[in-house]
Amino acid sequence: MQSIILSRKKLIMLISGVLIVLGFFSRFVFGNMLVFEGALVIASVLGITPIAIQAFQALKVKVISIDVLVTIAVTGALLIQNFEESAIVTFLFLFGHFLEQRTLNKTRSAIKELTEMAPESAMVQMASGDFEEVDVEEVDEGDTLLVKTGGKVPVDGTVVVGSGYINEASITGESVSVTKEKDSTVFAGTILENGTLQIRADRVGEDTTFGRIIELVEEAQDSKSEAERFIDRFSKYYTPVVLLLSFVVWLFSQNLELAITILVLGCPGALVIGVPVSNVAGIGNGARNGVLLKGSEVIHDFSRVDTIVFDKTGTLTAGNPTVADTRVYVSEKQQVLNYLASVEHESDHPLARAVVETIKDAHIYPVEETEVVKGGGVVSTVDGHRIAVGNVALMEREEISLDDEALNDVKEFELNGNSLVLAAMDGKVALVMGIRDQVRPGVKANLQELKAMGIKQLVVLSGDNQGTVDAVAGELGLTDAYGHMLPEDKAAYIKELQEKGQIVAFVGDGVNDSPSLALADIGIAMGNGTDVAIETSDVVLMNSDFSHLPHALGLTKATANNMIQNIVIAVGVVLILLVSVFFSDWMTMSIGMLVHEASILVVIFNGMRLLNYRSRKNKQSAKGVHLRTA
Amino acid sequence: MEKAIIKLETLSCPSCLQKIENALQGVEGVDKESISVLFNSSKVKMTYDSKQTSIEAIEKTIEALGYPVIKSTVKAA
Repeated sequence: MQSIILSRKKLIMLISGVLIVLGFFSRFVFGNMLVFEGALVIASVLGITPIAIQAFQALKVKVISIDVLVTIAVTGALLIQNFEESAIVTFLFLFGHFLEQRTLNKTRSAIKELTEMAPESAMVQMASGDFEEVDVEEVDEGDTLLVKTGGKVPVDGTVVVGSGYINEASITGESVSVTKEKDSTVFAGTILENGTLQIRADRVGEDTTFGRIIELVEEAQDSKSEAERFIDRFSKYYTPVVLLLSFVVWLFSQNLELAITILVLGCPGALVIGVPVSNVAGIGNGARNGVLLKGSEVIHDFSRVDTIVFDKTGTLTAGNPTVADTRVYVSEKQQVLNYLASVEHESDHPLARAVVETIKDAHIYPVEETEVVKGGGVVSTVDGHRIAVGNVALMEREEISLDDEALNDVKEFELNGNSLVLAAMDGKVALVMGIRDQVRPGVKANLQELKAMGIKQLVVLSGDNQGTVDAVAGELGLTDAYGHMLPEDKAAYIKELQEKGQIVAFVGDGVNDSPSLALADIGIAMGNGTDVAIETSDVVLMNSDFSHLPHALGLTKATANNMIQNIVIAVGVVLILLVSVFFSDWMTMSIGMLVHEASILVVIFNGMRLLNYRSRKNKQSAKGVHLRTA
Repeated sequence: MEKAIIKLETLSCPSCLQKIENALQGVEGVDKESISVLFNSSKVKMTYDSKQTSIEAIEKTIEALGYPVIKSTVKAA
């Protein structure tokens, strides 16, 4: 019986609305007071039934909910035969609740869209060789799956056969098709727009990048900041206090009407709902645009950041260094290049890869007795020669002196922003290479945007030489630049800034810089959705896209402001209502309920604005990309 | 101990959270500290002792408050 009544709330609301209109119609058109009062009494009793049931359920578990306040108020109004008030208050309460539900779903829509992108089924190759459709939860790692045009990739995997275009918007936030062929990596939740692929499942279910994103966002939307926990504690005592207040007022004034009016005016609606609404809309906007924010606390801290510290390689620069210049000091040039290539061939250091790339037709010798010098380079024996490859510090350690020509070249390369690789053969410097890493396109404009948003200090820290770091800083207009930094030096530097009272965000690739990411007030990982990046940071920029950074900062500022606005609206409304019931004669229960329900909707609509938030640059350029927002 | 995640129909009133939480605290065998009712994702998470109560009993408690359960998943914790 109870559940039948509760599930018919919408119908009850409609009937009581119609009855109220009929009642007023008969009163003002026909002057019939009997029909008027009869209709309103029926509307009140009908409307209060579901509310009273909810109130009873709440009381059973010792909660004094809004339903309890409203039920008492409406019962009181019926007792003093104020049927107009009782009918309108119940109707407004039901109608407001109905609108709340509808609009709340809107604020949650961005995250819902995301979770609904999760794949549900997969075509799996059976023992017979045929493909059969199964539930995605039944797919195991190592299975071979078939994805057809228009289909969703069900797992993270590798293409075995076929090729096609895939839209990776669910992972990267960018609606651009990417070509996939044999051995390409594909991600769960992305859509094959064209072609047919057979893929091998590498990671399934919650272990896929998409699974992790969903888990993170789902948790983030309900994570609570200190302020929210305070509001929660506060609201637990707030409703009982309102009940008590109205009882005290009734005792002293013997005015039942005033007492029940206070009950309605004291309803806490907008206060409890305001902050979660901003939170879910802000995090939803981020998720849709390739910015993962790990909750309400992160939004609060990020919005107050005044200093951003960047890692250089892979963050400000593309991380694909190339050799810009080579100076050779010995006559047997090809021989030296062969030896150098042989040594670097063994290493996976980014600079070594750049060196190997540039000496394409080298003859590779076997390398013996390799010794890796941390923070210096490599010393090996090749073809009977002792070959040292590394930076200036390595040469000093090997007691190899640089002549004037080499010293000049080193200085010149550093000034031009090159990283250095020196090679020495049998104790004598043979060549110097200057290697340069291109700055990511668009980074300069992004940094200017950050400055315009109030970031005072932009710092780059790098393990690279000072000249290279200075060159990057100069090109990008950073405020400070420090080279020769080991990971622990970077962390120490961040600590120093924090001790000066600055609020610091650190942006890194999430692999080498976990101490800094953890220590900074906000750790931002440029992650391709890698595990480490997602786990150690507070904010993840999907697809390592630097241009998401201004959006992220602007969004957290907008969301933090939105929360404050909502709290002010909610508290302000209650204060104004309570003051006016004592100091004005126009305040009634119905007006109070109307204002309350309106304030809840205002708060929800205010939160909803965040779904459409865009940073300034995106506003100008992104009309095409954001079609999905519409 | 089992870990349960219960998906509910969209929650829209914040006092639901308090109701559900209080009701579950009254269920013998549910770890009181572990109860979290998530407003935006409309989910309830908790751990409970399967010797003292069952997922069916927990679902019934929530549904008796007027919040239909859509789906629940239980994992050993």
